[in-house]
Amino acid sequence: MNPIIQVKNLIKKYGDFVAVDDLSFEVFEGEIFGFLGPNGAGKTTTLEIIETLREKTSGTILVDGYSIDRDANAIKNIIGVQLQAAGYYPNLNLLELISLFSGLYNVPTNAELLLTKVGLQDKAKAKYKALSGGQKQRFSIATTLINNPKIIFLDEPTTGLDPQARRNLWDLIREIRNTGTTVVITTHYMDEAEVLCNRVAFVERGKIIALDSPDNLIDQLVSTGFERPKEVKKANLEDVFIQLTGQKWMME
Amino acid sequence: MIKPYNHAQATFAIAKASFRSILRSPSAVVFSLLFPMIFILVFGFIGGRTPTIKIAFDKHSDTINPIFKSLQNSKLVKIVSVDKDIQRAFNKGQIGALINISPVSQHTPKYVVNVTYSNIAPTEATLFRIIFNQITASYTSNTVSSSLVQVHEHTTIVREYKSIDFILPGQLGFALLSSGVFGTAFAFLNLRVSLVIKRFFATPVRKSSIILGEGISRIVFALLGAIIIIAIGRFCLGYTLINGWTTLGNMLVLSIIALIVFMGFGFVVSGIAKNEHAVPPFANIITLPQFLLSGTFFSIDNFPSWLQPISRALPLTHLNDALRQVAFEGVGLCDVWQSILILVIWGVFAYTIAIKVFKWE
Repeated sequence: MNPIIQVKNLIKKYGDFVAVDDLSFEVFEGEIFGFLGPNGAGKTTTLEIIETLREKTSGTILVDGYSIDRDANAIKNIIGVQLQAAGYYPNLNLLELISLFSGLYNVPTNAELLLTKVGLQDKAKAKYKALSGGQKQRFSIATTLINNPKIIFLDEPTTGLDPQARRNLWDLIREIRNTGTTVVITTHYMDEAEVLCNRVAFVERGKIIALDSPDNLIDQLVSTGFERPKEVKKANLEDVFIQLTGQKWMME
Repeated sequence: MIKPYNHAQATFAIAKASFRSILRSPSAVVFSLLFPMIFILVFGFIGGRTPTIKIAFDKHSDTINPIFKSLQNSKLVKIVSVDKDIQRAFNKGQIGALINISPVSQHTPKYVVNVTYSNIAPTEATLFRIIFNQITASYTSNTVSSSLVQVHEHTTIVREYKSIDFILPGQLGFALLSSGVFGTAFAFLNLRVSLVIKRFFATPVRKSSIILGEGISRIVFALLGAIIIIAIGRFCLGYTLINGWTTLGNMLVLSIIALIVFMGFGFVVSGIAKNEHAVPPFANIITLPQFLLSGTFFSIDNFPSWLQPISRALPLTHLNDALRQVAFEGVGLCDVWQSILILVIWGVFAYTIAIKVFKWE
């Protein structure tokens, strides 16, 4: 496996508060890498440092061989960033927003094709504000693809979405990974991490407390003698929701 | 293999996005076009003149004579002290009569009075003639000499200074001030709190491109607004553009300079305001006093003398002054350099603070 992101001894302090405490990890090319942990654990801070949006206190980070200290602009050109709760330029429709970003990245973009890729071809003339939660997140992901990035960062893309919209987004994220793009994602949903991520890192108080594939982590826990307190049924309420409310993403 | 990143392309993309956004924002259109037009119409039609008649004495005029004293004591007449602006005020019809009294010793008539009226202030001329006749009549009856005073009257033909010529530049100036301050402050605050700028920073765009792109779109929008206001004024309300296109060009240059200065205040407000609700109070602190004190509606000559130095210090006063001089008197930009200089000083002041308080995130 070829590491595309290498983080070594990353520290970020806000005054006396240590948000990121000596973090080291690697993300491999072509994988979906999950960053898991409670709120305030330092997930977003770490991501934003790698995305060149935030200054680090110390440590070294290489993204596709570029150092964030020296080649921040080269990194910006090869990554796509979806921020938690980011807004878009007011009063513009989706086509106009894509045209704005293609100017910012200096790349020509086929806006219709891009919107089709995320299932928003019918919303081309709609304003971002008029989209549903799932559509907003899909559009956000579309904007991360404009510069044909090698890596995209998705910060809690499924928070607040209904189960169907969440599954649609999983499909989209897998499709993006299948075209060779590395995906770094944060989430609070363990079912999501389990089905989506090749590897996950658990972060707490700025430290990585576990890093492995979901399968291995579960096996390790089971090997300690852990057992779920109750036998589960073959389906759960979420499966019922999906069965009852239809399947495809136009339904959102 | 990779072509170098073109910052102009990014700047243009932001300018285009920003311009589209402004055109679709109702408040921008209302503040830049609708409000000024309403004020122009309202004040243009009700604009009346003051009931006292302002007169001025020529600087060679004799002032130690009973006629001068009588005029000085009259409640209907206000003597304006002589300085270099008298001729300009006279040309605008703000002064009803220019008077020169010469004593002619040992002869009759004892005084020769030259009175010059302007054709655009006929009411003032008529009123002054009545008042003046009363004064000389009482004077002659007291001294029993009917030929003591000889009066020569002239009427000078000057271009009519209509109230639209006063109102329109004031409204144009105020529209530039409010769109510069409010527009810029709201735009950058919104882009900051909604994390639009943060998302921009994840692209290779430079900060200067963001500022420049926003600035360009705002200037283009404000100039379009100015052109529309001036065109409506010119074609529907008889606004005077003394040298035609040149005058329009000069007015637009002044508008750009002023807008850049006012945007500096907008940057300051966007920096100190924590959220959207904090923008109007800060922006009003900057715009309202100027709205009232900078000769937007009334000439600042009407203000009490203690207030005038304050008015004279404000940037909008100088924009208004410069616009009026350029449009009505046809002076060039070089002739209003003092006003431009004061605007630039305000600009340096605003941007110095803006650099300290402006926040990107």
